[in-house]
Amino acid sequence: MYNHMVVGMDTDHVDRVFAALADRTRRDIVRRVLHEQESVSALARRYDMSFAAVQKHVAVLERAALVTKTTQGRERLVRGNVEAIRAAARLLDAYEEIWRGRIDRIHALLDEGEDA
Amino acid sequence: MTVVETHKDPQALTLTIKAEFTATPDKVWQVWADPRKLERWWGPPTWPATFTSHDFVPGGRAQYYMTGPEGEKAHGWWEFVTIDAPTGLEFDDGFADQSGAPQDDGLVTRAVVKLDGAFPGTLMTITSTFPSAQAMEQLVSMGMEEGIVGALGQVDAILAED
Repeated sequence: MYNHMVVGMDTDHVDRVFAALADRTRRDIVRRVLHEQESVSALARRYDMSFAAVQKHVAVLERAALVTKTTQGRERLVRGNVEAIRAAARLLDAYEEIWRGRIDRIHALLDEGEDA
Repeated sequence: MTVVETHKDPQALTLTIKAEFTATPDKVWQVWADPRKLERWWGPPTWPATFTSHDFVPGGRAQYYMTGPEGEKAHGWWEFVTIDAPTGLEFDDGFADQSGAPQDDGLVTRAVVKLDGAFPGTLMTITSTFPSAQAMEQLVSMGMEEGIVGALGQVDAILAED
């Protein structure tokens, strides 16, 4: 019954992705670095929390493969992983299909009522 | 085409789907309020749903199971949060064990349904919010054959009935 190939991600990874995105600060970080990479220290200045806390958020996002980190000189640059976000969207696509089917059936049911 | 609009927010884990029906809100309301109607559309053709209880009041619960192609059963429950006939309802949807008791697994989806009669007929908006990817994937797995089989045959079958 379980088919992990639906969206091309294994369950553990899917869980990491959504656990990572469950936090508002982390969602905000992802939004920022999807368009333009930013250093961890630049990100830390944006939020009312310690550098260590922001660094921790980035690490959670990195484990979920939602962002990648590269070192450039003394700076650690964070960049969003567009593909990982798309994978999450594919899961929602599959759920949308379920609801489209339900709506087709409701429609058929209501049509039948009108004919009766 | 009855589905007029969908909106997916992968970051907030929500799916919003809007559909139009020519029937009045009172009629559309019945597909939620009447468990015999509900079980004709909730499950996909390969996993039809049977509602064993349906206490359609705020705080009330519904119990159901879906029967798979091999005769296997997947149990679920709803808890109605708000019910405002015929304009909207809100409920939680979760998995249950073989006895129908809710599983303490955190896999609960919140559904908000709105029926708008301003449109000639009814505009129904459903917003589903997922607590986790696991919940979403399990739901998708149970319903995914629908994506393949689609509405094939099912619509005609219902229309052909008396």
